Amino acid sequence: MELNREQLLAAYHQMRTIREFEERVHREFSSGSIPGFVHLYAGEEACAVGVCMNLSAKDYIASTHRGHGHCIAKGCDVKAMMKEIFGRKGGLCGGKGGSMHIADMSKGMMGANGIVGGGPPLICGAALTAKTLKTGGVAVAFVGDGGFNQGTTLESMNLAAVWKLPAIFVLEDNGYAESTASSWSISGEPVKRAAGFGIPGEQVNGHDFFAVYEAARKAISRTREGGGPSFLHFKVSRYFGHFEGDATTYRGAGEVDKVRAERDCLTLFRKRVEGAGLLKADQLDTIDKEVAALIDAAVAEAKAAPEPSAEDLLTDVYASY
Amino acid sequence: MSKKSFRQAVNEALRDEMRRDSRVILMGEDIAGGMGAAGEQDAWGGPLGVTKGLMPEFGRERVLDTPISESAFIGAAVGAAATGLRPVADLMFIDFMGVCFDQILNQAAKLRYMFGGKATVPVVIRTMFGAGFRAASQHSQGLYPLFAHVPGLKVVVPSSPYEAKGLMTQAIRDDDPVIFCEHKAMYDDQEDVPDEPYAIPFGEANVTREGDDVTIVAIGRMVKFANEVADKLGKQGISCTVIDPRTISPLDRNTIIDSVEETGRLVVVDEASPRCGMAADIAALVAQDAFKALKAPVRMVTPPHTPVPFSAALEDIYIPGVPRIEAAVRAVAGQA
Repeated sequence: MELNREQLLAAYHQMRTIREFEERVHREFSSGSIPGFVHLYAGEEACAVGVCMNLSAKDYIASTHRGHGHCIAKGCDVKAMMKEIFGRKGGLCGGKGGSMHIADMSKGMMGANGIVGGGPPLICGAALTAKTLKTGGVAVAFVGDGGFNQGTTLESMNLAAVWKLPAIFVLEDNGYAESTASSWSISGEPVKRAAGFGIPGEQVNGHDFFAVYEAARKAISRTREGGGPSFLHFKVSRYFGHFEGDATTYRGAGEVDKVRAERDCLTLFRKRVEGAGLLKADQLDTIDKEVAALIDAAVAEAKAAPEPSAEDLLTDVYASY
Repeated sequence: MSKKSFRQAVNEALRDEMRRDSRVILMGEDIAGGMGAAGEQDAWGGPLGVTKGLMPEFGRERVLDTPISESAFIGAAVGAAATGLRPVADLMFIDFMGVCFDQILNQAAKLRYMFGGKATVPVVIRTMFGAGFRAASQHSQGLYPLFAHVPGLKVVVPSSPYEAKGLMTQAIRDDDPVIFCEHKAMYDDQEDVPDEPYAIPFGEANVTREGDDVTIVAIGRMVKFANEVADKLGKQGISCTVIDPRTISPLDRNTIIDSVEETGRLVVVDEASPRCGMAADIAALVAQDAFKALKAPVRMVTPPHTPVPFSAALEDIYIPGVPRIEAAVRAVAGQA
């Protein structure tokens, strides 16, 4: 299916926003402004955006440790996200979740998850709600190549197939679970693993927005129309460490530089749309500038935002107690 | 009002709430039974028949049998709760929490807090616990204090059929994750239970006996034994108050403290292990907040710190029973 100009501009805007957000969080973390554990999504933007462009507000996603990109692609407020990552009042979760638990249920974003493989069971539940209440919605579980070996993921794929749920399982295989190569940790072919549960799947170049978008479109349509769960395996790379501060000595010399030079999703996207005369370079340059200004403002507002107050410690544990 | 078993009481609460609210669904292993099989449908109604009859009334869309995949379906119940349903998931035996604890501990309990109050998780996890069935170490434990330790969860331990129906109704209507712990040796207990729906509020203890000399706080099946001891010793000049907390999270602190202020003596009876359990928790609460009222050391009556044994001879010793409760009460009353 052809994307129109507005959609192409929107896709680029989102991917650029994720990249700029992550590059900036990387710098702010290095300078000591951001506390805690932070896992960055830079390099994988085409996956989140290509999938989420096929979703609407009634659809749910569950994310991984590496959740900022999924948040942005699902429409979460970027400034509130930055405040959250700084642990400030006005953050998306009031400063109580942080990077690893960033979420916005009102946008259908069920959270990054600090537990590898924590999301797929929740997504079975969101899909069950959609099926039971006949909302027409679907639910997408993003899992990394680490989470793909968790029992929760495998149990959830089986349950989704048995219950014929409108659930899509998306494996973002960025090559490394923490420091361990997925070529070693995943036995067999992921698409065949899904097929073992009776779930059709496809392996896709996760650097290529157009390939991701098209595969996701087909899979999500199939699932939305009552075809049961679908599976996608994106082969992709991350530009930063497992966490900020990871020296990434396990990666080959020049590995990341080569990906950035040859397979960067933003560069590939620009080449494709400019080459085909779909968008002009200056349109995309304008987006780059807008996004840079947005992220500058988000960081400035986050730094200026107040810390949560002591009373906030005790609220939001229960609806009533 | 009619005589109903604990089993019927829970079944009625589930049925009434499913009739009242179409968002209430059930899921679990064999809660109907016979799924995909050629023979009887609703063959089991749960391993001890508690949910029997619900699938025929509400259909397979609302009474969902699951594969034996506790992590997936407990997590699915949590995810469904967060997105608009009110699921009651059946974690068959409380011992099985071991295979799905992440979904309870890290997901159900914390979503609301981590998301800054912007998630509501009205899920109920029903589960059987308790010794006395010769079911041995992996099907008999009283592990509910582990849940009470986790902020974000509410934990209910009903002590009778009447309590079970009213507390289950409240659990389903409640907007927080509730762990509902049913003692498997109580399913055939009978008493008068109203036919119409009623809800018993959480965090409000029930005082089942009133007396001046000793306060007994007892949990779940132990309430029955504590009442027996109170009735017996009342005739021998030791008058006891018996408090059933009903919910161990939230815990009705005030009723316990107020009673100990009156009696000055406390015995806590629990079927859970003694270390870091509810008995120790309540004893600590009283030591902190009512120390000056105490006329004798607090006594805990619990099983020994062992797994639950298989042998009937051993299991009968394991379970805190009437003789041990009576001895503890006599000891704090100075009549040992």
